[in-house]
Amino acid sequence: MPTSPPGDFLRLEQISKRYGGVRALEGVDFACQRGSIHAVLGENGAGKSTLIKIISGVVRPDTGALTLEGVARDFRSPSAATAAGIVCIFQELSLMPDLSVSDNISISAPPRRLGLIDARAQRRRAEALLAEIGCEDVNPLARVRDLPLSRRQMVEIAKSIGHKPRLLILDEATSALTSADVEKVYKLLARLKAEGVSILYISHRMHEVEALADRASVFRNGRHIETFDMGARTTPQIVQLMIGRDIATQYPPKPPARPREPALRVADLNWETSLADISLSVGAGEIVGLGGLDGQGQKMLLLALFGVLKSVSGQIEVNGRPVRMRSPADAKSPDIRIALVPEDRKTEGLMLAMSIADNLTIASLGDFASGPFIDRAKERSAIEGGIERLRVKIGAAQDAVSTLSGGNQQKVVIAKWLMTNPRVILLNDPTRGIDVGTKQELYRLMRELADQGAAILFYSTDYDELIGCCDRVAIMYDGRIVRELSGADITETNIVASSLNIAQGAHV
Amino acid sequence: MSDLALRARQNVAFLTAVGLFLVVYLIYHMSHPKGFSSAVLVQNADEVFTLAMVAVAQTVPVLAAGLDLSVGALMTMVGCCASYLLTGTTASMALEIAGYSLPLGSLPAGVPGLVIGMVICLAIGALGGLINGLVVVYGRIQPIIATLATGAIYIGIALFLRPQPGGKIDEDLNWALTNSLGDFASTVHIFSDGAAPWFAPFAGIPTPFVLLALILLIVWVPFRRTVTGRTVYAIGSAEGAAYMSGLNVNRARIAAFTLGGFFAGCGGLFLAIQTSSGNADIPQAGAYTLNSIASVVIGGTSLLGGAGGALGSVFGAMMLRVISFFFRIFDIAPLLQPLFEGVILLAAVSVGSLRVLRVKNTLELFR
Amino acid sequence: MSAGVLKLSRDDRPILIAALFIVVILIAGTGYTLSRFGSAPLLSPNYLLQQLQIGAFLGIVAAGAMIVILISQIDLSVPWTLAAAAMMATSVGGGWAIPVGLAVGIGVGIINGLGVAYLRVPSMIFTLGVNAVMRGLMVANTGGFAPQTSATDLMRTLASAHWFGIPAALYVWIGVSLLVAIMLQRTLLGRYIYAIGNKEAAAYLAGVNTRAVTVVCFAISGLMAGLAGVLLAGYSQKAYQGMGDAYLLPAIAAVVIGGTNILGGRGRYLGTLVGVILIVLLNSVLSIMAMPEAGRQVIYGGVIILMLLVYGRGERVTS
Repeated sequence: MPTSPPGDFLRLEQISKRYGGVRALEGVDFACQRGSIHAVLGENGAGKSTLIKIISGVVRPDTGALTLEGVARDFRSPSAATAAGIVCIFQELSLMPDLSVSDNISISAPPRRLGLIDARAQRRRAEALLAEIGCEDVNPLARVRDLPLSRRQMVEIAKSIGHKPRLLILDEATSALTSADVEKVYKLLARLKAEGVSILYISHRMHEVEALADRASVFRNGRHIETFDMGARTTPQIVQLMIGRDIATQYPPKPPARPREPALRVADLNWETSLADISLSVGAGEIVGLGGLDGQGQKMLLLALFGVLKSVSGQIEVNGRPVRMRSPADAKSPDIRIALVPEDRKTEGLMLAMSIADNLTIASLGDFASGPFIDRAKERSAIEGGIERLRVKIGAAQDAVSTLSGGNQQKVVIAKWLMTNPRVILLNDPTRGIDVGTKQELYRLMRELADQGAAILFYSTDYDELIGCCDRVAIMYDGRIVRELSGADITETNIVASSLNIAQGAHV
Repeated sequence: MSDLALRARQNVAFLTAVGLFLVVYLIYHMSHPKGFSSAVLVQNADEVFTLAMVAVAQTVPVLAAGLDLSVGALMTMVGCCASYLLTGTTASMALEIAGYSLPLGSLPAGVPGLVIGMVICLAIGALGGLINGLVVVYGRIQPIIATLATGAIYIGIALFLRPQPGGKIDEDLNWALTNSLGDFASTVHIFSDGAAPWFAPFAGIPTPFVLLALILLIVWVPFRRTVTGRTVYAIGSAEGAAYMSGLNVNRARIAAFTLGGFFAGCGGLFLAIQTSSGNADIPQAGAYTLNSIASVVIGGTSLLGGAGGALGSVFGAMMLRVISFFFRIFDIAPLLQPLFEGVILLAAVSVGSLRVLRVKNTLELFR
Repeated sequence: MSAGVLKLSRDDRPILIAALFIVVILIAGTGYTLSRFGSAPLLSPNYLLQQLQIGAFLGIVAAGAMIVILISQIDLSVPWTLAAAAMMATSVGGGWAIPVGLAVGIGVGIINGLGVAYLRVPSMIFTLGVNAVMRGLMVANTGGFAPQTSATDLMRTLASAHWFGIPAALYVWIGVSLLVAIMLQRTLLGRYIYAIGNKEAAAYLAGVNTRAVTVVCFAISGLMAGLAGVLLAGYSQKAYQGMGDAYLLPAIAAVVIGGTNILGGRGRYLGTLVGVILIVLLNSVLSIMAMPEAGRQVIYGGVIILMLLVYGRGERVTS
């Protein structure tokens, strides 16, 4: 544990937090100082977001102490933390899209005159705050809905500055910004730092961290690994710290590489501004990973391959035949047979209030039909088969699927699609929020399915998974595939380097 | 872009409604056999006022993403109350329950009695709205079904008060409020009985229009600028974000329904004054409720909440009414009037939805 | 085992409570008639059958309303769909009367469905507009007067005749109920309906043709309104303006009292059946008591709120 000078603004001691059986943080000591920009680094799932949630009062730690300027504090709500000067800019926007920029900036405590909101004062306040972050061009009267994503994020930043923060937390706050806006945020942070504000900066973009941070702390698997002054470590060393050496997860062995019949082939796929000239093929029996930072077009690519997006240009071939899909119903039809395990299992994957049985068969119901009726005996045996195959731990198949744990819910989503006997399986970050045991079962299952001839396209935010599971990995950046790795080239260093788009500079 | 242009673009739906109304109304006047006259204006204003008020009443809960199916019933109930309270004579009030008479005190005769009576009527409206809000927030019942039920109760009370149409409204009150400002002035003896020279240019303005403007100016405009009023918009726009921003969502929702009840009360009060009676007419109450929803939509307020406003709904209501004026003067096929009303309503809402054709990610349609 | 009990309580609790409430209504009503007139008409099978015959029209409308509510939509066009079907049926007359009436219902339903599924206009407002258009068409068609035509013999028979001592309308209602119950429980369509009502996005991503299902649901609702219109015209010998006005809100109330979630996705047909019977019996007890319309409306609204409060409480306890 680094010894911290008494001038620390915030100190955490021995903080631990568990979600169910999953350990999010374990015995973390952490401190940050006034007038300093402190980067928090780590892979997805390293515990960074839990750390921030604890500091900003969104969740409370199981054990440990938090002291602010030497005084022990226990924040019971985000507003309590805000009152203490801790302001967090989350990735998910907390803006009301139908209200104007100035309304949003002053939403919780607008300037008032005679009890009524003083629109003019509010507007002046918004103008002042926007000017402070260099966004004079945003009209305070504009509706947030009508602003581009980057500007919305800037409004969010203006809103947080309005709270007069003493500790400002930016959680990937720049990921949605254009480079011009990023520059403005840099300037702002430099000024706040000079004014003595402490800043916690979370970013996957290494060059940003290098340009901005004074100190950095690396987290891995819920533990604090090391805190150091920037410049004391080289970029490759930092990457090494983030990756660590302990590979806790076991992956099934990969078969030797060999030429395969492409089951899915994509050429020159374009969609709006999110996908550009995507060409990719996935062979029967092959697991191809999609990597890269969050939001580089991976999710849209999967949706495009499942018929959800309209006006997609380019060619898609399944088993050598060009196909055209206008809906998921087309995608799962017998001559195409694509399956998608979607991003959010609670809103896209499952009908939570319905039974496990109903959820399992909803995609393959046509197979159990005799005329318009459901053949219940057939359906029941299929349900039993599905539950058994994935070893879903349940009380009764008639229970609501919402009663299951996250891992078992995800198994239900996957089992649902296996019942359609798919040729191509698209997986959108299927292991997110799932315990290690179930993860390993899923890895085994993926390999099993591939061995039986399925083509699997697997998007994951966890690089370790991509390395352990995939025969090839395509890295996406800004809607394009920037690099394809295969065989021994699939290393964490290569993935991280290509994801950050820092080219070949970061070899260890 | 200038502020004005920006505001114009944000309020396209509202401005379209206003523009369309002005065009249609101008054509109406130009083709009216008697031409543009104060008498015609007064007649139109009388016919529009109640629906406009009920449409405004509907707007407030809709902005908070909750429909109020009780506005018509609440309006009717307040109207029936008014037919007892605004007789203008000293009348002792008593509630008859199963043969027992429960004295409720008495209202003085004359102007003080009328003012007190009107205040009581509006308070009853607000109380009805408050009950709606409490049932929705604390009973955790969906607004649409909760107000369906309370609406039945309000209509029941109205029927209890007026099993047959009847009652009486002070004649001077009727005359003063349902005619032009000149008539108002001469009835209440101000501005030299309305004969003051400076007053002449205003004498022809219909009183209901002035009332409508006053109510919006005194109640709606300030409400919109309170934190609670803005929270109403915030709830309709993104309830989760509103809650995370520390806004008092429950209080705003109750306020929205209460204010809706107050506006519905204004409508009921005027209807009673205009018709000089109370009438617990169930089909009429239902028609007002449905027309209020239509007015809200035509006036540019989204049924999903968050965007729009009361003024738009007023124009929506005027639009609905002006269509029927047309059929009166053209005298071609009055039987086609309901058909035209329906087709215009359907076309208006469908055109507004054509934007779905531009959505490129089908998943966005489900949000 | 405990899971089974939980499951039973979640979906069947409202039905059980509503059924108990029916018993309470019968006991209270009988107590009243015994003390007042010394007789117990509420317990006489003939009287009950007569009430159910009248209830059949509401029951059929409610079946359609429920299907639309299950996919978290609502059909406000019922009043004039019903009236239009009745008017067209009587004006065509002869053997085509009933098919024409039903076709009108289906046609209106399909238009509703297309507007909601493809334009994604909120069903609340689209069906309201369609209702207004149907009203306009009928007013224009009949000249604003009650149609002079009368119901065909078959319509009258279906609505008023008795077969084996049981009203024919009741057979129709039973038939509709069986079809709807089987449809909801045993068919693909039924499963898709619940799935869409639960989470439309998840159903869509599971490859369910959500638009087609939406259109079909509205078509069924229209068909039910049409059928009720045809029967009602037979019952009252003719069609008349505003004949459907008294059916929309009670049908929605019956569906909700039967435990169907107004936001869709949950509810059993048995519940709707119980809800309709509850409302019909409540009405008949109130008319035996010579309760004025005022009291009826108040009691009616009170019962809806009371029932939902009781259901809601149960939900919080189990969850």
